[in-house]
Amino acid sequence: MSAAAIPLPVAPASSPARSVRDATHESPWVRWTLIGIALAFLTLFLFVPLAAVFYEALRKGVDVYLAAVIEEDALAAIRLTLLTAAIAVPLNLVFGVAAAWAIAKFEFRGKNLLVTLIDLPFSVSPVVSGLIYVLVFGLQGWFGETLRDHDLKVIFAVPGIVLATVFVTFPFVARELIPLMEAQGKDEEEAAVVLGASGWQVFWRVTLPNVKWGLLYGVILCNARAMGEFGAVSVVSGHIRGATNTMPLHVEILYNEYQFTAAFAVASLLALLALVTLALKTWVERRFEQDRAAD
Amino acid sequence: MSIDVRDVNKRFGNFKALDHVSLEVQTGELLALLGPSGSGKTTLLRVIAGLETLDSGQVLFHGEDATDRHVRERQVGFVFQHYALFRHMTIFENVAFGLRVRPRQDRPSDSEIKRKVMELLSLVQLDWLADRYPHQLSGGQRQRIALARALAVEPRVLLLDEPFGALDAKVRKELRRWLRRLHDEMHITTVFVTHDQDEALEVSDRVVVMNEGSVQQIGTPQEVYDNPANAFVYQFLGNVNLFHGRVQKGRARFGPLELATPEHSHPMESPAVAFARPHDIELVRPAADTAGIPARVEHLLAVGSTVRVDLLTDDDTPIHVELSRDAHARLALVAGEQVLVRPRNVRVFAH
Repeated sequence: MSAAAIPLPVAPASSPARSVRDATHESPWVRWTLIGIALAFLTLFLFVPLAAVFYEALRKGVDVYLAAVIEEDALAAIRLTLLTAAIAVPLNLVFGVAAAWAIAKFEFRGKNLLVTLIDLPFSVSPVVSGLIYVLVFGLQGWFGETLRDHDLKVIFAVPGIVLATVFVTFPFVARELIPLMEAQGKDEEEAAVVLGASGWQVFWRVTLPNVKWGLLYGVILCNARAMGEFGAVSVVSGHIRGATNTMPLHVEILYNEYQFTAAFAVASLLALLALVTLALKTWVERRFEQDRAAD
Repeated sequence: MSIDVRDVNKRFGNFKALDHVSLEVQTGELLALLGPSGSGKTTLLRVIAGLETLDSGQVLFHGEDATDRHVRERQVGFVFQHYALFRHMTIFENVAFGLRVRPRQDRPSDSEIKRKVMELLSLVQLDWLADRYPHQLSGGQRQRIALARALAVEPRVLLLDEPFGALDAKVRKELRRWLRRLHDEMHITTVFVTHDQDEALEVSDRVVVMNEGSVQQIGTPQEVYDNPANAFVYQFLGNVNLFHGRVQKGRARFGPLELATPEHSHPMESPAVAFARPHDIELVRPAADTAGIPARVEHLLAVGSTVRVDLLTDDDTPIHVELSRDAHARLALVAGEQVLVRPRNVRVFAH
């Protein structure tokens, strides 16, 4: 692409440099067709919907938009979403780091099983993930009566939403760290131990700094999913306004009630979150690549 | 500090990495563990360091049993083949690491750490790189930093795993001479692993030749080279020519060549292999009164100070001979010529 944009130095068309360039490039016709298809696809399926969200949200003016966003039920949904993410992300951060450390740096029986289990939430439909919790903690479920006797509510309450979110976002951090840690090997850790470092010192001073960008990347993706999860949360939430509605659920309710502007207003917040996530992700990826290139 | 390895065994699944290995490293000695890949030399080094647990046997440091002592408490310096420098730390922090992780009561002050690190960096002649990161250094520089880092904790033993393996030939030669000089100044008990026989013979006080998890021979470089204990050691230490024949009652026959081998005096005839180094073979023109193995000159190649001659015997066994430039000039061999091969210095091993 950039090669085509740079004006060629004045040289005969049949110079050797020209023929080498041609040998490794497709004809302009092929290039522009491929780029055109990709752009058309992106426009149709990504840019137009994104623009539509903001357009619909702001169609009746900023006042209506703001009113929809600071309305009581919307604020409750935002609070619940933030709370869920604030619990699920740190939990999965700790779990992901621990699992990746164990898998990448140690040999133990059942390691392959653990790797497969970590991937389970990726391969199971989110609705099924939600149903599992209903089966286990619901009133007709295994622990339903015990929980009711102790006056504990899991399903159709905040704990259920957090549980379902933790389950769905389970693999993000671990999946990001395992290949990275495996590629880095054990040499540096061994060197640290020989130099007298304790296990804790090895982790904080050697292992963690070496994976910090990968870790941040995993956390960003985990957070985006935790805030945006619909399927699993929808099953366990019970859709109680102002109490068990997360932002994605709130959008659905508003939409079903033909409150399109309000629905799109809340949806625009989620879309903004996506854009911020993308920007962060790009920045982290760049730092990550720089670190890798440095090795 | 001396190291005593007693009857150590180690398996990885079905693979016998160390098979009844015993050896002693004397205080202040520079010992080479030499062997092909998979011979167990690195495993043995890691067992000494405590990075690998052993199935049975003992490792003694200065006469004290250290078998169950944790790596942290063994006070060893370990230099890894691929340096294993901490990639996110500066060179200064890499070398300072061993001092910084000490428990508070043993930890030197910041100024003391700085003094010590800079002293070590000047020892490895790289004090001007203190603020750089490992990826900004060349392989040879990284390896010297790895050595400085290992020395920072004042180890009682220095263990080096293929320290020059990842470097190019010229840097490797410079560094191994430098290591020898450094050892002569510091006199720290050192064990290093290598698969390069030149490196082992040039640098070490004593060589331990290993193969398939067991010790083949222990001796000074001279002893090991001149008197290989078995066929493996002979073959591993430099190029050799093999002659297949038979021994009986102290005589060995290899085609038309007969040699006295008093060490093989058994009355039963048995197959044997004779080894001769390429520079221990004489080439003569055929004559009625000289015994030798007839062979045809296939190829002549002048390399540096020697001339390599490739020959083929009548039964198609290849023979490689190295002649000095002078000897070659006197003989004036040409390709295709018939000559007699007369090994001057032969070791015969019966099967």
